[in-house]
Amino acid sequence: MQRLKPFFTIGLVMAVFMLSGCSEMVVLDPKGPVGEEQKDLIMYSIWFMLFILLVVYALTAFIVYKYRDRKNHTGYDPDNEGSHLLETIWWIIPIIIVVALSIPTVKTIYSLEGPPAETKDQKPLVIHATSVDWKWVFTYPEQDIETVNYLHIPEDRPVLFKLTSADSMASFWIPQLGGQKYAMAGMETELYLQANESGTYKGRNANFTGEGFTDHTFDVMAMSDEEFEKWASETKADAPKLSKEQYDKLMLPGHVKEMTFSSTHLKFVNHADQADYALDARERLGYKSLVPHSKEAKERREEEKKKKQEEREESESHGDSHAH
Amino acid sequence: MKWDEFFVTGDPLIYGADVSIVLTMVGILFYLTKYKKWKWLWTEWLTTVDHKKLGIMYIVSAVLMLFRGGVDALLMRTQLAIPEAKFLDSQHYNEIFTTHGTIMIIFMAMPFLIGLINVVVPLQIGARDVAYPYLNAVSFWTFFIGAMLFNISFVIGGSPSAGWTSYMPLASNELSPGPGQNYYLWGLQIAGIGTLLTGINFLVTILKMRAPGMTLFRMPMFTWSSLVTMVIIIFAFPILTVALALMSFDRLFGSHFFTLQGEGMDMLWANLFWLWGHPEVYIVILPAFGMFSEIISTFSKKTLFGYKAMIWSMLLIAGYSFMVWVHHFFTMGSGAAVNSVFSITTMAIGIPTGVKIFNWLFTMYRGKIQFTTPMLWSLGFIVNFVIGGVTGVMLAMAAADYQYHNTYFLVSHFHYVLIAGTVFACFAGLIYWYPKMFGYKLNERIGKWVFWLFTIGFNVCFMPQYFLGLDGMPRRVYTYSEESGWGPLNMLSTVGGFMMGIAFLVLVYNMYYSFRFAKRETTGDAWDGRTLEWSTPSAMPPFYNFAKIPEVTGLDHFWRQKQAGKVEKLTAKDIKKIHMPSNSGVPFIMGSFFFILGFGFVFGWMWMAILGGIGVIGTLIYRSFEYDDGYYVSEEEVIETEKISK
Repeated sequence: MQRLKPFFTIGLVMAVFMLSGCSEMVVLDPKGPVGEEQKDLIMYSIWFMLFILLVVYALTAFIVYKYRDRKNHTGYDPDNEGSHLLETIWWIIPIIIVVALSIPTVKTIYSLEGPPAETKDQKPLVIHATSVDWKWVFTYPEQDIETVNYLHIPEDRPVLFKLTSADSMASFWIPQLGGQKYAMAGMETELYLQANESGTYKGRNANFTGEGFTDHTFDVMAMSDEEFEKWASETKADAPKLSKEQYDKLMLPGHVKEMTFSSTHLKFVNHADQADYALDARERLGYKSLVPHSKEAKERREEEKKKKQEEREESESHGDSHAH
Repeated sequence: MKWDEFFVTGDPLIYGADVSIVLTMVGILFYLTKYKKWKWLWTEWLTTVDHKKLGIMYIVSAVLMLFRGGVDALLMRTQLAIPEAKFLDSQHYNEIFTTHGTIMIIFMAMPFLIGLINVVVPLQIGARDVAYPYLNAVSFWTFFIGAMLFNISFVIGGSPSAGWTSYMPLASNELSPGPGQNYYLWGLQIAGIGTLLTGINFLVTILKMRAPGMTLFRMPMFTWSSLVTMVIIIFAFPILTVALALMSFDRLFGSHFFTLQGEGMDMLWANLFWLWGHPEVYIVILPAFGMFSEIISTFSKKTLFGYKAMIWSMLLIAGYSFMVWVHHFFTMGSGAAVNSVFSITTMAIGIPTGVKIFNWLFTMYRGKIQFTTPMLWSLGFIVNFVIGGVTGVMLAMAAADYQYHNTYFLVSHFHYVLIAGTVFACFAGLIYWYPKMFGYKLNERIGKWVFWLFTIGFNVCFMPQYFLGLDGMPRRVYTYSEESGWGPLNMLSTVGGFMMGIAFLVLVYNMYYSFRFAKRETTGDAWDGRTLEWSTPSAMPPFYNFAKIPEVTGLDHFWRQKQAGKVEKLTAKDIKKIHMPSNSGVPFIMGSFFFILGFGFVFGWMWMAILGGIGVIGTLIYRSFEYDDGYYVSEEEVIETEKISK
C-alpha cells in the first residue's frame, strides 16, 4: 500500500485542480431557464453517481485489502458461490436508483419540449436557424430580417428556434442557454431557448460536418426588449435586401463574415421542404466538390488558408470592433 | 483518376509512412527468403485451419491495428495539445479521427476478442476444434483483407474523413467525393462477412461441441459470454451489411437511400448504423466481462459468485442492447415520448451491469487474492469501468444529454468503457492465456510497469475530457482558440495519451523480453487454473487439443479434480485415432479475391470488382467440389506427442 501513495497524491491533486474549474464550466454556468433546468438535472445525477462510486470503491478497497493473499490469511471459503439475500439486494438497489433518476429525467424531457414555465404566457420570438456548410443563417420572419453567423435575441422572452439544414446534418448549440438539437435538411426541428441575462454567448454547430466544422460558430447577443426592437427596426430600414443570387452564393461550402439583410431567404426556399436546394445552387454556380487529395482540392485549401490569414490580419489592424 | 491522385502526396507524414511501409515489406520478404521461411509461412500459417493458430493471427493483427490506431490517437492529441496548433490541417485531422475510431472498434477490439475466443473457447469446452474449421479460416482472411484494404487508404487514394459513424449526407458523394468513404464501406463490408461467419461458427461450436457432461450451466463464464456475443453478432451484423450496401448503392450507382436529393433520408442511416452500432458495443464488452470473470475467480482461488445471476444479467444486457440505439441521437428531435422510453431502457442496462460488478467484488470476498498482472488489470477494470458506467447513466438522461451530446464528455465516457472495459480485458486475457499460446508467461515485473503506466496515463488522458465536455468543447474539432480556456486540460490529456503510448511500447518490449528470457512452462496449468484449457498436459496444447476428450462433472471441473487429487493420467489404452480437418489454401486465396473486389469498388473500376467477384465465386465453387474429409492422426503419433510411456 505504501508504494501506492504517490498515485493517490497525483489523483487528489488532479481532482482538486479540475474541480476548482467547476463553477466556470459553461454547461454548469447557464444564463437562462432551459440551461438552468438541465444544470439542475446534471447536478442531481452527479451526486447520485458520486455516491455510487463511493460505495463501489469503499467495498473494493475493503475486500481487496482484507482478502489479499498473505500469511495468516483468514476467512478463505473457496466454495462460497452466492447468496440469495445479497444478490436480491443488489438487484433492487440499482432498480431504485434507475427509478429515482428516471422520474426527473422524463419530467425534464417533457418540460423542455415547450417554452420555459416562467415565461410560458409570453409569445415566443420565432427564429429560423439554417445551417449551410459552414455558416449559420438566422431568419426573423416577423421582423422580416435575416442575419448570417450572428444572432440577436431579447432577454426574458422565450425564443423558438426552427432548425433545418441546407446540406449536412448539423447540431445547433448555445451551451450557456441550453442543450442542442439537430438541424437536418428536409426536416424541421424545434428548440426553445431563453436568455435571462444580457451578454454575448458562444453558439456553434456541435455535429461534425466536414472540413470547416471547427469554425462553424456564431455569436449570440442577448439584450433588453427595447434594444432588440430598436436593432430589428434599424436593420429593417438600413440593411440591404437579400437577392437570390446572393443567397445562392451562400450555398457554397465555406466560411463568410457576419452579414445582415432586410429580407429573408424564406421567399426563395425553405430547406425544410426542399432538401436538395443547396446542391442545385452549387451546380448552377458551377461549383464542384473535389476529392480531398486531388491537386485542385489542395489549391482550394491553400486559397482558403490565405483568405483566412488576410481576414485575421485585417481584423487585427482594425482592432476588435464588433459593430452590428 | 490521375496518378497524382492515386497516391496521396504532399505531406511529410505520409511520405514517412510510405518509406516505412516499403522498408517493412522489403524486410519481411528478405527475412522469409534468407531463412527459407516461405514454405513454413504457407503450411503453418496461411493455410491453417487450427483455431489456436487463427486466434494467434487475429491477435497479432489486432496488436498491429492497436499500434496504428494508437499512432492516430497520438497525432490527434499532439494537434490538440495547445490552442491553434498547426501540426495537422482540418482535412488531415478528420481523416485521422475517422480511421482511429473505425480501426479501434472494427479492426482492433473485435479481432482481439475474437482472437482470444478462438484460442480459448474450444479448449474451455473440451473440443478439438471449432464446428467449421475451414469457415473459421475464411472468417480470419476476410477480416484481415478488410483491415488491409481499409489501412492502405492513407497512402493510396486518401482516407475516409466523415467519422467512424459516417453520417449521411456528409458521407455522400456530393459532400465527400472520392475513394476515401468507399474504403470505409468496403473495408467494413468485407470484414463484416468474416464477423458474421464467426458468429455462426462459434454459436454452433458452443452449442454442439461441448465435452460430454458439460451442460449449458456448467460452461465457464468466458464461454457463456462468447455464446451470448455470437447471438448478438448474428442479429446485429446483417443490419450493418444492409446499411453499408445501401450506402454503397448511393455512392456507386446513384441511388437515393440517404442522400439530399431524391427524397433520401439521412436519419435512416443514423438509425441503421446505431441499430448495429449499439449491439456492437456489447459485442466488444461481453467477452471482456467473461474474461474478467475467469481471471477474478482464478486469482481469488474461489468459485465465481452468483454464476446464474451472471448469466441472466448477460442475457438481459444482450436483449437490452437492441433496445437503446436511439440514445445515440436524443437530439434528433424524436419527441418527448420516444426520448423518455429510450432514456429508461438505457438506464436499465445499468442494472444488470451493476449486478455484475457486485458479483465480481463478492467473488473476491472470502477469497485469497493474488495480485498477478491479469488480476491487476481486472481490478483496474472494476475501478475505472465504474466511472464509465455512471457517466453512461448520466448520458442516458436525455434532457441532460442535450448538453453532453457531441462533446468531450461523451468522448471520455466511451473511452472509459471501451478502454477500461475492452482494452483492459484484451491485455488481461492476453497475459492470462499467453502461456497457453506460447508456452511461457510474460514477465510479471515488466507487466506491472505496463499496468501502472497505462492506467495512470489513461486517467490523466481521459479524466480531464469530462471537464472539457462540460466546458463546451465539442468532439472532432481540429483546433480551438486560446480564449476558450481549454488549453491546460488538453495539454494534460495529451501527456496522459503519451503515457499510454509508452506503456504500449513497454508491453511490446515485454513480449520480446519474455520470448528471450522467460522460464518455459513445463505443465499446462500455468496459473493454477479452474477450467479445461488448463488441463492439457503440455503448456501449449497439441494441434488436436485433447488426446482424450474429458468428461465433465460440474462447474470448474478441472479445479475440483485437482482439489480432490483425482487428475486423470492418460494411459496408452485411452488413446484412439483422432479425426482432424485438413489445411487449405483456399480461404487465403478467396481473401485475396475479396481484396481485388473491394479495391475495384473503392475506385469505381467495375472490371476489377467483377474480376474479384468472379474469383470469390470461383473459390466457392471449387470448395463445393472438394471432397476432403480431413484425416486421422494415428494412435502412435498421439502417444508420442503426449509422451505417454507404454
